[in-house]
Amino acid sequence: MPIELQHVTYDYMPGTPSQVRALDDVCMTIQDGEFLGLIGPTGSGKSTLIQHLNGLLVPTSGRVLVDGLDTRAKGADLRRLRQKVGLVFQYPEDQVFEETVYEDIAFGPKNLGVPAEEIEERVREAMALVGLPDSLMKRSPFELSGGQLRRVALAGVLAMRPEVLVLDEPTAGLDPLGKREILGHIRRLHERGLTVVMVSHNMEEVARLADRLVVLDHGRIVLSGTPREVFAQGELLESIGLDIPDVTKMMRELRKRGWPVRTDVLTLEEAYEEISRYLAGTKAGGVR
Amino acid sequence: MNGDNRAVVAEALVHTYGPDESSGVTALSGVDLEIKRGEFVCIIGPNGSGKSTLARHLNALLLPTSGRVLVFGMDTRDERNLWEIRRTAGMVFQNPDNQMVATVVEEDVAFGPENLGIKPEEIRQRVSDALKAVGMEDFSRASPHFLSGGQKQRVAIAGVLAMMPSVIVLDEPTAMLDPKGRKEVMETLARLNKEKGITVVHITHHMDEAVHADRVIVMYEGKVVLSGPPTEVFSKTEDLAKWGLDVPFVARLGDMLRKSGFEVSRSALTVEEMVDELCRLSSST
Ligand SMILES: Nc1ncnc2c1ncn2[C@@H]1O[C@H](COP(=O)(O)OP(=O)(O)OP(=O)(O)O)[C@@H](O)[C@H]1O
Ligand SMILES: Nc1ncnc2c1ncn2[C@@H]1O[C@H](COP(=O)(O)OP(=O)(O)OP(=O)(O)O)[C@@H](O)[C@H]1O
Ligand SMILES: [Mg+2]
Ligand SMILES: [Mg+2]
Repeated sequence: MPIELQHVTYDYMPGTPSQVRALDDVCMTIQDGEFLGLIGPTGSGKSTLIQHLNGLLVPTSGRVLVDGLDTRAKGADLRRLRQKVGLVFQYPEDQVFEETVYEDIAFGPKNLGVPAEEIEERVREAMALVGLPDSLMKRSPFELSGGQLRRVALAGVLAMRPEVLVLDEPTAGLDPLGKREILGHIRRLHERGLTVVMVSHNMEEVARLADRLVVLDHGRIVLSGTPREVFAQGELLESIGLDIPDVTKMMRELRKRGWPVRTDVLTLEEAYEEISRYLAGTKAGGVR
Repeated sequence: MNGDNRAVVAEALVHTYGPDESSGVTALSGVDLEIKRGEFVCIIGPNGSGKSTLARHLNALLLPTSGRVLVFGMDTRDERNLWEIRRTAGMVFQNPDNQMVATVVEEDVAFGPENLGIKPEEIRQRVSDALKAVGMEDFSRASPHFLSGGQKQRVAIAGVLAMMPSVIVLDEPTAMLDPKGRKEVMETLARLNKEKGITVVHITHHMDEAVHADRVIVMYEGKVVLSGPPTEVFSKTEDLAKWGLDVPFVARLGDMLRKSGFEVSRSALTVEEMVDELCRLSSST
């Protein structure tokens, strides 16, 4: 189910003095089965863009085609669209509203017409996926910690088993273990065919997970490509308030100090290999 | 002054949410803690470990089920202290939406100082300084509800800066910020701490942000389970993993290299320190 954005422009409060152009002539295609990372400084339009992917927002001008369906077309079945394209909001408070954790996670599947006996199974499965203990099932979502609430929001969308999963800062507020486990599950779902679009301020995270990155600034796409291609543009990224991953920074610094190491390294494992390979050939390696 | 150099004290602090201890949720189960005036501490801990609950006790938003909390010597259970405690301890919440009160950014930032009875000229100065400190000076006339996630978070931080409290408690202030914003906020906090002696209590899930703190406090299941300088806390890789936590990536790299027989020092926690350490190692005999 490819999603195509054609010259999408979006204005908040159009025609008023406080009009804001949040997206400016954005063209891109999200391919079936890809893992797309969307990065950009604060206010660059990321949340606005992803709300177009399930028809929550429609372009002021331009078109969004989801599986060929124009989200602005009269009679477009937006409800069905939202079931296929699951969106997890930046702030879980915007998404969670039922009286109990169970009811909240069950809400989506119920609306999909999932049979009653299957709903509980889906809820339990989704809770396990995001690391929520069963003991929280009957708790009000508003009596949870920040990280627990984010997990509920994630579980609610996962329980709908969407074809496209759109995540706005999904790991904000998660503890390190939760982050690792939940991203691991998402990666496995992706390997089984799920299309993922992830907004993140965490450069390490997108570098590790995404097949392709799109960089937004002031509502425009300023760069796109594989993580390695994008993070080779350190200066451009820095000039708009982004950065390269810290491991990459470390390798560049070592290179400046004369180490013959690669500087396009994006993960800790790669860095370890480069560094230990070099060290083994120096005096440090001699004392082993 | 009575010679008490403690900004915040928690003694056997217990907090139970709900009607009573049997049917409620005990979020803090006996926390003992002292934070010195001028100290910069980071609190880390897994989801649900009680960090935000503890934070809400530090400016008397919550009161102890048992035990007590002193803020600059003032007991939070004494209602007469409430005003002075709120003025002394400023708080940035986990979700900035809970903090926005006005319909225009500059009014929102001015709200705190106005409540303190500060003179209008000084308020204007403070608001403009605070917005500058978080890079939001161009948004002073905007509506806070129409800002992006990161922009709201910056405004919430400015609101607390404008109150010039003696201790600032920040609950995951950088969670929605871009890399530049994150760096700026961390630098602002470090500056306020160094230059103005403001005590900073910073709750975070980013281990990399904790490496510059004077002290790292680890919470787990409603208790403080570890407290010490970053180098000490982040040398306990296995304990931290058991609690669902992590060490900064530089420390993890150090671990991997040590396992391979390279004698990398444990005190390297930042990229700069690691680069220096590696260069020392490769050229030493
Ligand atoms: N409801 C709204 N009304 C008016 N303007 C808005 C609204 N929401 C966002 N904006 C503005 O639109 C622009 C893009 O906002 P958006 O939320 O898409 O940014 P973002 O890239 O998601 O930022 P962040 O990383 O801070 O979450 C910003 O300038 C913002 O101030
Ligand atoms: N209003 C409430 N009513 C009942 N229980 C609550 C309430 N708020 C929090 N809790 C519970 O208290 C415990 C501690 O929550 P707290 O918000 O202090 O955790 P935290 O360490 O800040 O977690 P996080 O990293 O997810 O923000 C959790 O088990 C949580 O479910
Ligand atoms: Mg956003
Ligand atoms: Mg919290």
